Amino acid sequence: MEIDYALVDWSRLQFAVTAMYHWIFVPLTLGLAFIIAIMESIYVRTGDPEWKRITKFWMTLFGINFAIGVATGIILEFEFGTNWSNYSWFVGDIFGAPLAIEGIMAFFMESTFIAIMFFGWNKVGKKFHLASTWLVAIGASLSALWILVANAWMQYPVGMRFNPVTARNEMMDFWEILFSPVAVNKFLHTITSGYVLAAIFVIGISAWYLLKKRHTLFAKRSIVVAAVFGLIMSLMNIHAGDESARQIADKQPMKFAAMEGLYDGQKNAPLIAIGVLKKVNPDKENINEHEFAFSIEIPNLLSYMAFMEADAYVPGIKNLIHGYTDNNGKLKLSYPERMERGRIAITTLHDYKEAKNNAQSSKDNEMVKMSYMEKADSLEALFSNQEWVDNYFAYFGYGYYDDPKDLIPSIPISFYSFHVMVILAGYFLLIFVLALINVLNGKLERRKWILWAAILGIPLVYIAQQAGWVLTEVGRQPWVIQDLMPTVAAVTKNSVGNVQITFWLFVATFTILLIAELKIMLTQIKKGPKEGGQ
Amino acid sequence: MKKNVFARIFNFYYDGFRNLSPVGKSLWIIILIKLFIIFAILKLFFFPNFLNTNFDSDEERSDHVIEQLTKPN
Repeated sequence: MEIDYALVDWSRLQFAVTAMYHWIFVPLTLGLAFIIAIMESIYVRTGDPEWKRITKFWMTLFGINFAIGVATGIILEFEFGTNWSNYSWFVGDIFGAPLAIEGIMAFFMESTFIAIMFFGWNKVGKKFHLASTWLVAIGASLSALWILVANAWMQYPVGMRFNPVTARNEMMDFWEILFSPVAVNKFLHTITSGYVLAAIFVIGISAWYLLKKRHTLFAKRSIVVAAVFGLIMSLMNIHAGDESARQIADKQPMKFAAMEGLYDGQKNAPLIAIGVLKKVNPDKENINEHEFAFSIEIPNLLSYMAFMEADAYVPGIKNLIHGYTDNNGKLKLSYPERMERGRIAITTLHDYKEAKNNAQSSKDNEMVKMSYMEKADSLEALFSNQEWVDNYFAYFGYGYYDDPKDLIPSIPISFYSFHVMVILAGYFLLIFVLALINVLNGKLERRKWILWAAILGIPLVYIAQQAGWVLTEVGRQPWVIQDLMPTVAAVTKNSVGNVQITFWLFVATFTILLIAELKIMLTQIKKGPKEGGQ
Repeated sequence: MKKNVFARIFNFYYDGFRNLSPVGKSLWIIILIKLFIIFAILKLFFFPNFLNTNFDSDEERSDHVIEQLTKPN
């Protein structure tokens, strides 16, 4: 396959920027909807108009974020069809079905109940309105479920079988895809991260009001709700993240080694708590391009984090390339061996197609036609033979590479994005604890450093969100579908100029939209909540 | 007399849109401009579906993808 790396890189950059832009809006929508629902529940329970005022203010900010963010994700689907056509075809209904469910759910759940949320005050009963708010919150998170299931499948493809006749993966077991451990954990980790973002958003803005000595009761009540919600969700998020580390160690060991900058595997592997990478002259294998200029290590923790045993062996990048024996005594194939098997799988697909075409074109000679048909049938049967699939097709994507080094993701991006995410998760947890304790004992207004730390939390929580996705997606490079399809095979052979034009068009349009959102949002925050709960 | 359910739903949305706050109006303008840019400009002129545009049948599409995936170096 001819590889135009400029085309691949521009297509990747375009997709990355679109996805990152989309993800500016999604987590706030997911989390703020629940915080609003809790606030409105307190209003309905107590009848206190101050709680209605609180609910309506955050609902306005929710509406701004929702309006600017809505439909930004659709561009990702356009890009699948235009720039990633091989991938779109190859994944078949595994992507189509979850996204169709998402579209239908998002339309019915969100558009119906969001209308009641905004238009329904004083028009529908209090309890009906409250139920609508809860349904918006639940609907938003459920609609995120489907795209996350699709993403989880790309990281850990299960429940499917490749059909060589159509060149598509066909769904064998919907429930295996939906309840794959990676999908369940990805959903929990991602939505709870959105809930943490929204809680930090509410606390940060409320902290600004306290610093300005405006809307004090409003701000304190908002902080209580957001801090309790944020604290619980933060703990769930960290728990799901911890589980995610074990899944990555098991299912994407190269990503795991990259996010810790681990070149040489070891038992009792330490976790790098903080580290600074530096470029070095690689050894003769040309693999180890980085080492730590500075690091603080926690002994045994990486082994424990990956395999729940302090003396477990964690393979490094070199071991993954050369092959190794895992903690269960199972031999893991070297990358050159995987490449060879991948090439056999690709050649098998090629030969199958060729035999089929030859059979079709030799209409006049029945004997020749029969022999080609037999060959095509026997090759097609291999794709249904589980042993062959496990031994050859499972390495299909490796067949596109000649150099194992091309299968190593960016070490600095993987390492820093992972550590930024983890360190900031600790920061947010601390903010929730400090804000809650101090707001309850009445000292929060005097402790200005906590208020400033909470305000600083707003940009930091967006950085943490993006870092999480960067780790997820860059850390698994070059795979679009783990082990099966790399980016070089997934991309449409378009002209790179077309991709560049749409990239800049997208950047210009959506930068303007982002500025519009920030302007409208900041204006509303400066105005503050209306008096009297109206 | 109570109006039928469709008329009530219509009135609910009609009143909602008539009584939009200034920020609500700005947001709807942004949504409409954005949807126009996404569907009438980006989708129409810049993001054609490659396989649907260039091939007429699923068989042709799968042939093309297999050819792409199995091209030798």
